[in-house]
Amino acid sequence: MDKIVCTCGNVNPAGTLLCESCGRPLNKETAEKKLVDMRYEGSARRSQTYNKTIIDKVWNFFSSVKVGVWLIVLILVAASIGTILPQVFYVPATTEEDIAAYYERIYGTFGTLYYKLGLSDLYSSWWFQGLIGMLGISLIIASLDRVIPLYKSLKKQKTKRHFSFLKRQRIYGIGNIENGEESIKKAEEKLKTMRYNVKREGNALLAERGRFSRWGPYINHLGLILFLFGVMLRALPGFYVDETMWLREGETLYIPKTEGYFLESKEFIYETYSKEESEEVFGDAIDRVGTIAKNYQTNVVLHKGPEGAVAGHLDDLTFEKEAAIQVNKPLKFDNFSVFQMDFRLDELASMTFQLQDKETAESFGEFTINLADPKPVYELSEDAKVEILDYYADFTGFEDGVPQSQSPLPNNPAFLVKMYTPEFPKGETSFVMIKETLEPLGENQHKLAFQSVETRDVSGLTVRKDLTLPILMLGGVIFMIGVAQGSYWNHRRIWIQQLEDGQVVVAAHTNKNWLSIKKDMDAVSEVANLPKYEDQQDEDSKAEKEEGV
Amino acid sequence: MVEVSSTLLFIAFVAYLVATFLFGGAVKSSSSKASKSYERWGKLAITVTIIGFLSNIGYFITRWIAAGHAPVSNLFEFTTAFGMLVVGAFILIYFIYRITALGLFALPIAIIIIGYASMFPKEITPLIPALKSYWLTVHVITAALGEAILAISAVAGLIYLLKNIDMTKKSKQRFWIEAVMFVVVLVLGFIVATTSFTLAGYKAEFNYVNKEEQVLKMEYHMPPIFGMNESEAITENRMQPLMEMPPLVNAKKLTIVTWSVIFGTILYILLRLILRKRIAAVLQPFTKKANSQFMDEIGYRSVLIGFPVFTLGALIFAMIWAHEAWSRFWGWDPKEVWALITWLFYAAFLHLRLSKGWEGKKSAWLALIGFIIIMFNLVAVNLIIAGLHSYA
Ligand code: HEM
Repeated sequence: MDKIVCTCGNVNPAGTLLCESCGRPLNKETAEKKLVDMRYEGSARRSQTYNKTIIDKVWNFFSSVKVGVWLIVLILVAASIGTILPQVFYVPATTEEDIAAYYERIYGTFGTLYYKLGLSDLYSSWWFQGLIGMLGISLIIASLDRVIPLYKSLKKQKTKRHFSFLKRQRIYGIGNIENGEESIKKAEEKLKTMRYNVKREGNALLAERGRFSRWGPYINHLGLILFLFGVMLRALPGFYVDETMWLREGETLYIPKTEGYFLESKEFIYETYSKEESEEVFGDAIDRVGTIAKNYQTNVVLHKGPEGAVAGHLDDLTFEKEAAIQVNKPLKFDNFSVFQMDFRLDELASMTFQLQDKETAESFGEFTINLADPKPVYELSEDAKVEILDYYADFTGFEDGVPQSQSPLPNNPAFLVKMYTPEFPKGETSFVMIKETLEPLGENQHKLAFQSVETRDVSGLTVRKDLTLPILMLGGVIFMIGVAQGSYWNHRRIWIQQLEDGQVVVAAHTNKNWLSIKKDMDAVSEVANLPKYEDQQDEDSKAEKEEGV
Repeated sequence: MVEVSSTLLFIAFVAYLVATFLFGGAVKSSSSKASKSYERWGKLAITVTIIGFLSNIGYFITRWIAAGHAPVSNLFEFTTAFGMLVVGAFILIYFIYRITALGLFALPIAIIIIGYASMFPKEITPLIPALKSYWLTVHVITAALGEAILAISAVAGLIYLLKNIDMTKKSKQRFWIEAVMFVVVLVLGFIVATTSFTLAGYKAEFNYVNKEEQVLKMEYHMPPIFGMNESEAITENRMQPLMEMPPLVNAKKLTIVTWSVIFGTILYILLRLILRKRIAAVLQPFTKKANSQFMDEIGYRSVLIGFPVFTLGALIFAMIWAHEAWSRFWGWDPKEVWALITWLFYAAFLHLRLSKGWEGKKSAWLALIGFIIIMFNLVAVNLIIAGLHSYA
């Protein structure tokens, strides 16, 4: 398409509505309007100019604010649907069937429907992520479509504007005044004291301030784009680690996904508020609610293994540091953080038994089974030993005569053992549980008598690395700068001109906050004798004037 | 210290009530030209408001000292702080625009919010580990401030609509503005219901079976219209529930809501009988002095001022805190999602206004809807969709 040459001589890009230099309307439609649309200074936007190829169409689609608002509203509605029932990651089940069963059991038919429609995992669904992706594209295209022509146009604007431009401003006034030249001079001085940037060109004046606020929206969109980009990066390997580990007191474990770091738990601490310590202030609350947790803490030691160390090899660890991990106070090293997330109190750690003669209670010795790692055989003396044939950590009962364990956690340990004594060198078989003993192969003469247990606490820790955080932070900061810039400042311009015929014209534009610019106009009019202006859009004050209120 | 704090809150509450009447006087007296008495009423009204606000801040600070943490950690504290900040935001906007009509509507809203807050347990709760963070304080206060400033845009929108909707002709807008009034009366209904039953000392305990099939105890403070799943009375000589609910439904909360609706509806009918007019029509004369364009501008301006503050508090600081407390900056927890929804809504508002020219009534309605979303997040998400953030 061709460039448009204005009467004033300026060459404008195709699609320009108002001459970049003098402001004359460049086509009939614009000329017919009573007020000009000043949002983008009537500059040539690609989306308003081309509509032929597919690329044009896609560009126009995404640059439309209507589409942008629709995307925002769709995301908003979708997001709210996701809060009707808890999402899968808050549901206490892991396998697909368990999850489905959970929704069915707790929420009935509606729950099943919710689950079947995929609403229970809405935020990671392809269509929700697709909407966010489109929002990102829209942000980029809409911003580019506007910011470049707007920038050029504001840069090229002349101090002297054509009358047809001025009279189409929302704030506009014209009249004969005495000594116009003098008035403009006074206005210039006043505007300068009001921190306007004033330019003169013969009998024309342009006062401008806060132009930078016009870039606010584009800067905040840039921040948003950066943020979305950061979120996308997590999909790449190496940027993001999210692991959990259960660490028992006294245990040392490899920290998953780290380069040879090991974590040892010294102690887990669980504290609640006691009434004594804070009776006066918290007494009522404790009375009403019961116990209130005060602190979850794991005291740990961080170790580093030699180059290439892996899980299970605890030799040659070097001490790195001691730390206390609390909620809100993670342990940090390299790019990793370890968070206190969960705990289990008093997990069984070991059980101590005595091998006894049932009748005489004569002892053949004691032994302690480490429940995390039972030994195959416990030698008690030269001719007495106990062999552990099988170990069921979380015993739930028998199924078809076979003992079952529902998890590897020692919640309810049971053992199938063989007891060797001088009288029974071939051994007696016994099934030992916490409270009772079964004798599957007939009556025994010996038994394992339970002596004591030791327990320990388990800390649930989350290991996290997130290299995208700085990018997200940067995106957030840029967004805040942009949004503040666009919200707390505004772009004001005041034009004053004496026409050929001696009449003086005033006109003003601001991108928002019209009350303030009117105040500015009034302040100028007070010192400089200027024609009265009118807000060509204020219906109320017009009506009030007519009524004479 | 705790007592000093409560007294200061009470003083603030009374001051807001008095200031409302003073603002009413200012708006009424000014029906003719800008008279002297108008200015005098207005000055007095804003002075009393500021005194109330200072006392309110006094409450906040003394309670902070007593508790050892910022008083924003349970429903009572948070809602009260929100009410206080609404007054603060009003004072801020008042000094930009000096519109008295704004006070006449902003203060009653703050009063209702504080009244609503005091229906919840008022004792000072010690902080659970997850809440022990400097970021929590920063996050909650900034978010509430942002919401309070956004609320002022709803007040301006309300005034705009009351002024510009024709109350003599039947229309959708007339219906909906009255619906908004009705909802406000329902909140009053909640306050009246709670206060009445508390004064009467009603208490009844029930055993019930929850969805995990455990037997638990529930204490009602209002006569049980709805009973919990398989509930059995512990307290004797008390009304039996009229209807039993499945385990999914918290029948106690449903009962509270139902009583509030009953009280609120009766209150509304009484008001209509006494006033013999729609409530919106009764309020309309008070908006006469307000210039529509001013109101429109204030509505937009307060969104512009509040939006960045809200973003900072409810999203950015929230993410920083969530990252320290739960190891992830975002977890799609209902409260988080509703903060995001609020934010998206106001983003849509700004775009519609700036690019689609939605001004006047459209913009005023949007501002009201925005406030409804904020209140939904404050009330419903806490009470119904309990997530990690639920205080109560
Ligand atoms: C959640 C996403 C978004 C946020 C938070 C956001 C935020 C903003 C803000 C705060 C403004 C300034 C408004 C004002 O000053 O009144 C703005 C302006 C604007 N936004 Fe967005 N925006 C978002 C998405 C979009 C999308 C998807 C589009 C695509 C069409 C878009 C296009 C625009 C345009 C064209 C402007 C006006 C620029 C101007 O006229 O100077 N925005 N945006």
